[in-house]
Amino acid sequence: MIHVLAFYLFATVVIASGAMTIFSRNPVHSVLWLILAFFNAAGLMILLGAEFIAMLLVIVYVGAVAVLFMFVVMMLDIDFAELRAGFVNYLPFGLAIAVILLAEIVLGVGIWSAGPVELAQRAAPATADVSNIQAIGALLYTRYIFLFEAAGLVLLVAMVGAIVLTHRARGGVRGQNIDKQNRRRPQDAVRNVNQPVGQGVEL
Amino acid sequence: MIGLQHYLVVSAILFVMGVLGIFINRKNVIIILMAIELILLAVNINLVAFSAFLGDLVGQVFSMFVLTVAAGEAAIGLAILVIYFRGRGTIAVDDANRMKG
Repeated sequence: MIHVLAFYLFATVVIASGAMTIFSRNPVHSVLWLILAFFNAAGLMILLGAEFIAMLLVIVYVGAVAVLFMFVVMMLDIDFAELRAGFVNYLPFGLAIAVILLAEIVLGVGIWSAGPVELAQRAAPATADVSNIQAIGALLYTRYIFLFEAAGLVLLVAMVGAIVLTHRARGGVRGQNIDKQNRRRPQDAVRNVNQPVGQGVEL
Repeated sequence: MIGLQHYLVVSAILFVMGVLGIFINRKNVIIILMAIELILLAVNINLVAFSAFLGDLVGQVFSMFVLTVAAGEAAIGLAILVIYFRGRGTIAVDDANRMKG
């Protein structure tokens, strides 16, 4: 009973906040609704018994992606009212497409039946005596280790790409030139002068 | 009792919400990126639901990779957005026609 209740709660909130994400006037509100959607999706994952994915959703999406969105939305000085022009024009067409797509998917799910599922053919059967996180760890670090490394590489490339794209060399900033510092020798930089009294110092 | 199809319907609605978001916010790239995140979230719910109901962990592993790609995509997309805004002073998608594509 509590499971059913929790499912409907999470499902309703995730759909409502998804709708508010795309309909809100203010993009900052959009990001906040997106965060709520991610939290409730994490709740759905917990109901499914996928605790690790739920934690990952909260950490990665809420902790990193949503904050990134928030930074960009608040950093750029954009006239959002102007960007919203045409919203009403696109709405009927968009709604028509959305309703057709949803009807097709729900119809497909409704008439879909798995047929004889060969449970013996499962690639990695979940066992009851091991927790979800332990099982995923054992799978991820053995059979899918190369895919895991590839995912890390994807993140590395994304990080380098984001830095390279947004980095700009500013003019007029006195930065450190390590090469120049290393090439500097004492005989070029220091000299001893026998300074006569009463005369100016030559610099 | 809550079955697999309940989760599939939730994820379908979320997916369609993302598609609708792309349609109606055609000028605002930030909202379009958020709609893409919604679509990927729907895909993740789908993968995890099947994984849980079939008792097969591969779906959850795959969902992690989807998450990775989503994070990378958001980072690169927002970086492109920032440099686009720096150069043009706007983020309207309609104005992005310099490449005559």
